[in-house]
Amino acid sequence: MIEVHELTKRFGGRTAVDHLTFTVKPGIVTGFLGPNGAGKSTTMRMILGLDKPTSGTATVNGRPYAAHRAPIQQVGALIDAKAVHTGRSAYHHLSAMAATTGVPRSRVDEVIDIVGLREVARRRAGAFSLGMGQRLGIASALLADPEVLILDEPVNGLDPEGILWIRQLMRSLAAEGRTVFVSSHLMSEMALTAEHLIVVGRGRLIADMSVAGFIDQAAGDVVRVRSPRAAQLHELITGPGVTVTSTERGAFEVTGLEADQIGECAAAAGITLHELSVQKPSLEEAFMELTRDAVEYVPTGVNR
Amino acid sequence: MSTALNGKIQPLRVTQARVIHSEWIKFWSLRSTVLSLAAGVALLVGVGLITASVSASGGSIGDDRLGAADASLGGVMFAQLAFGTLGVLFMAGEYGTGMIRSTLSAVPRRLPMLWAKIAVFSAVTFVTGLVATAIAFTGGQALIGDGAASWSDAGVARAVVNTAVLLTGSGLLGIAFGALLRSTAGAVTTVFGGLFLFDNIVGLMLPDSWQGALRYFPGSSGNAAAAVTQAPDTLAPYAGLAVFAGYVVLAAIAAAWRLSRSDA
Repeated sequence: MIEVHELTKRFGGRTAVDHLTFTVKPGIVTGFLGPNGAGKSTTMRMILGLDKPTSGTATVNGRPYAAHRAPIQQVGALIDAKAVHTGRSAYHHLSAMAATTGVPRSRVDEVIDIVGLREVARRRAGAFSLGMGQRLGIASALLADPEVLILDEPVNGLDPEGILWIRQLMRSLAAEGRTVFVSSHLMSEMALTAEHLIVVGRGRLIADMSVAGFIDQAAGDVVRVRSPRAAQLHELITGPGVTVTSTERGAFEVTGLEADQIGECAAAAGITLHELSVQKPSLEEAFMELTRDAVEYVPTGVNR
Repeated sequence: MSTALNGKIQPLRVTQARVIHSEWIKFWSLRSTVLSLAAGVALLVGVGLITASVSASGGSIGDDRLGAADASLGGVMFAQLAFGTLGVLFMAGEYGTGMIRSTLSAVPRRLPMLWAKIAVFSAVTFVTGLVATAIAFTGGQALIGDGAASWSDAGVARAVVNTAVLLTGSGLLGIAFGALLRSTAGAVTTVFGGLFLFDNIVGLMLPDSWQGALRYFPGSSGNAAAAVTQAPDTLAPYAGLAVFAGYVVLAAIAAAWRLSRSDA
């Protein structure tokens, strides 16, 4: 369980995170979405105590991260794949991380196998590809078998096989009852893994809801109608709050009316329908719709 | 796919001893640190043997047995460069590579990490420095032959130990400035500027009546601590050691302050 309350961070005059309040619950994958520069990484860094909040609090399982006796047992974090000394091998990196908290050496070998880095574990991490670096970061996050996982853009740089692997990993970790909090700027990626969404833009909370609810809120349903007497039906359904857009000859799209209403109207007038279908907006479209304002004002400064 | 820790019965928690163990692993698992350490030993012994043989063949030793002892420790300044760089790499390397974010995620209270680095570094460099200095002295005196100093001569044992302390302290300055500046290049420049150039440059600018203050500067006080014979206008060895140690402690306090307050 991660609880963030009125969390705010200013860098000089720029407000990166602006009074964010949300809760991340165990047992599901929660997506943390927002355009680049929305404050996702800064929020995650504050949860981990790497950045100090200007105001507000962030707790993990009831306490600030740094107040736990074995922090990496509470939270496994992948903040970025480059948080590794390039001159050290994956094995020694993990051994040093494990040693801080008394995690046994056997567990180092275990996580190396879990992420599939066995063959390169003794090579310098600096020679790793971005994907291998991500796997090392995941191994480090899993080291102390944490209750909570915080993953910042984990699919970055992974090949399709790696992406599939990490999606399955996140789902199985959540299924074990863990809290999984994963950031992305790709809505489509979240659609495949997350059940719940926390959407931010310009450091502010835009939405905190289920993935299904998110789509419903973002845009009204569009009904596509095709009929040989399209023009006549068009006139019949026109009214206040109803928008009709002609797409091609003999077809149009309607917002503001349910498909049932259009169907009844057509039946009452004896108009034949060749198509009457509800067009759900894609998750990506819903995301664009919600964050449009936020994207327009994205600061040109450093993306943290 | 199993992601669970077997049994999950270990009382996992961060302790200072465990953080020291972690830093010990980090120290020995980087080629750059091991090479810097070896370079420090090679420079101390190598340059010491060269200066000893030069002063022996130049016939300048004569009855000056204690000068002979100083001659065999002629490599100290070069070794300071290597040990100082080692200290900088040990700390600033974490910032340069991004490792610091992993380190501080595991030890979010932060200061135990700094104390652990200081402990591991001090132990390794003091022992290594002491052995290297002893070899340089013994080897150098063997080369000098007639008129050579011996371990039982006044000030010799003290100078050998203090040299190891000076080398360790130079490296600790590297750790402190690595934490303060978070940049390898910046910290190397600052530490060596402070140890080797600062005294001379300020000495040129100070009025004559103030020249007495120079002996309290980092470079002069450190050199005074490591000398077998006290040179004119310098502090007595133990006074020099105390002053030099003061600079190291101040730098470490500043590093701790910055580490605990700043965003990682």
